[in-house]
Amino acid sequence: MHLLYQIFIDPFVQMGTAPDLLAQTLWEGLVGGVLYALIALGFVLIFKASGVFNFAQGIMVVFAALTLVGLYDAGVPAFLALALTIVVMFGLAFLVERAVLRPLVNQPEIILFMATFGLTYILIGFGELVFGGDPKLMITEQLLLPGGSYNIPMLGGFVQMQKIDIAAAIIASLMVASLGVFFQKTRIGRALRAVADSHRAALSVGISLEYIWVVVWFAAGIVALATGIMWGARSNVSFALEIIALKALPVLILGGFTSIPGAIVGGVIIGVGEKLGEFYWGPLLGSGIESWLAYVIALIFLLFRPQGLFGERIIERV
Amino acid sequence: MRAPGGPDVAVGDVLLSVENVSLSFGGVKAVSDVSFDIRKGEIRAIIGPNGAGKTSMLNIINGFYHPQQGRITFRGATRAKMRPHDAAYGGIARTFQNVALFRGMTALDNIMAGRSLKMHKNFFWQLLRFGPAMREEIEHRHRAEEIIDFLKIQEIRRTPVGRLPYGLQKRVELGRALAMEPELLLLDEPMAGMNMEEKEDMSRFVLDVNDHYGTTIALIEHDMGVVMDLSDRVVVLDHGIKIADGTPDEIKTNQAVIDAYLGVAH
Repeated sequence: MHLLYQIFIDPFVQMGTAPDLLAQTLWEGLVGGVLYALIALGFVLIFKASGVFNFAQGIMVVFAALTLVGLYDAGVPAFLALALTIVVMFGLAFLVERAVLRPLVNQPEIILFMATFGLTYILIGFGELVFGGDPKLMITEQLLLPGGSYNIPMLGGFVQMQKIDIAAAIIASLMVASLGVFFQKTRIGRALRAVADSHRAALSVGISLEYIWVVVWFAAGIVALATGIMWGARSNVSFALEIIALKALPVLILGGFTSIPGAIVGGVIIGVGEKLGEFYWGPLLGSGIESWLAYVIALIFLLFRPQGLFGERIIERV
Repeated sequence: MRAPGGPDVAVGDVLLSVENVSLSFGGVKAVSDVSFDIRKGEIRAIIGPNGAGKTSMLNIINGFYHPQQGRITFRGATRAKMRPHDAAYGGIARTFQNVALFRGMTALDNIMAGRSLKMHKNFFWQLLRFGPAMREEIEHRHRAEEIIDFLKIQEIRRTPVGRLPYGLQKRVELGRALAMEPELLLLDEPMAGMNMEEKEDMSRFVLDVNDHYGTTIALIEHDMGVVMDLSDRVVVLDHGIKIADGTPDEIKTNQAVIDAYLGVAH
C-alpha cells in the first residue's frame, strides 16, 4: 500500500504543495526538450530526403562544435570562426554526397545506415587528430550569447531561468520556423519534399538527387552546429556529446521519423517527461532514472501509435 | 541532322531515334537489338504482351536505364549515357505505369514541382523569399494554373494527391509532366485500371496535348481500341525484340503481331 501511495499519490501531492518547484521542473524539461528536438530535427531532415537513418548526426554535432571552438582557439575572431564552421559543414555535406551516398545509391537502406556508422568513426578519428581529445569550453559571450540567469517570482516562489536556455529556446524556434517556411514555400523546399515522396518521380521532373542530398546534409550540418553550441554551453565540448544521438532515438520514435512537427513535440514530451520523472519519481528508485526513462516513455507511446505521433500511417494495398 | 536548339524542324522530322539498342539484367535480355524512331508531332504507340520490354524501352529513353549496346539520338544529339535529370532538362517528360506522384503534396505543388527545372533563382533569394525569387514563383504559378484549367482539375488543386481517386491521380501526373513543357512526352499505360469514361477523358487529353501544345507523344497502352484510335504509328515488341512497326491498320493485320498476342501452335 505504501509503495502504491508513493507512486501514484505522493508525487502529485508534492506538485500541488510546491507549484513553484513544479514550474521550475517543467521549464528545465522544456529547455532540455527543445535541444532534443534540435537533434531529432537533424535526423528527420536526412531521413525524409534519403531514407537514411544518419547515425553520424551525433558526431556531426560534436564535430561542428569542435571546429568552432578549435578555430577560435587558433586565434580566429568568433564570428569569422562561426562563418568558417558553416563553410566546413558545407564541405562535409559535399564530401559525404560524393564519397558515401553517390557510390552507394540504390543499395539497401541497411548498407547506407552502416555507412553512416563508418562516417561516425572517421569523424571521431579526424576530430581527435585535428583538435585533440580534451574537452573544450564553448565560446558563448564571444558569440553574444547571454550568461547569468533571471529569477522570476511565480506561484509563491521563484523560478530560475538561465539566460542561455532562453536564448537556446528562441534560436531553436527560429530555426524550426525558417526551415518550415523554406520547406513549404520555396522551389528547393518543394524539390526536397518531392524527393522525400518519390525518388523516381523526382528524377523524372529533372530534380537532381545529388544536389538535394548536399542541401539536406548541409541543413542537417547547420542544425548540428546550433545544437553543438547550445549543448556545449551547458556542459562543455567533448566527444562524450556524441551519445546525445542516442537521446534522439526515443524522440524520433515518438514523433515519427518523417515529421518535423513530430520531432519538436516529441522532443518536448521526452524532455519534460524525463525531468518530471527524475524529480518526482526518481528518489523512489535511487537515481539514474534519466538514462532510461525516455525509452520507456517512447515504448508506451508505441503501444498505441506504432507510426509515432505524426508519422505517416502506411497503408498498403494487397 | 540539325544541331539541337537550331531552327524549328518541320513536322515529320525525326525527333528521337533508337538504333540497335540492347539491355540485359544479368542473364535476362529485356531489350535486344531494337531500332525505331519517333517523329516530331506524332503519337507513337509502343505495344506488346506482358514482359515484352516496353517499360524498359521508356526507361532507356529517359535515362533510368543505360543500354549496354546501341545509340540514342534525341534532337540530333547522340548520347551514350544520360542521367534522368539531364533527360528532363533536354525536354523529355514522362508518367509512370503505377503512378509516381509526390503523395504528400497537393495537386498544385506536384505541378509546380514539374516546373522546378524552369526556375533558376538561387538558393539565397529563395531563402529570403523576396525580390526575384518571388516574381519567379508568381510567374510559374500562372503557368501551373493554365495546366490545371486545361486538365479541368481546378477543384482539387489544394488536395493532397494521395487522397485522390486513381483516375485523377493519373491526370495530375500528366499535369506534372506537361508543366515541364516537354518536347517529348512518354506515357506509360496512361489508361491502365481506368473505367470506360475515364479512358475516354484521358484519350481526349492525350489528343488535346498533341494538338494544343504540339507535343510529341510516345505511349504504352494495352487497350487496343485506344491504341488504334490515338496513334499515328505503332511499334510492337515481344520478348525484347521488335516484331512489327507501322500504321495501326498495318499492325492490325500483321501475322507476327497476332501470333504474339494469341500464341501459335508449336
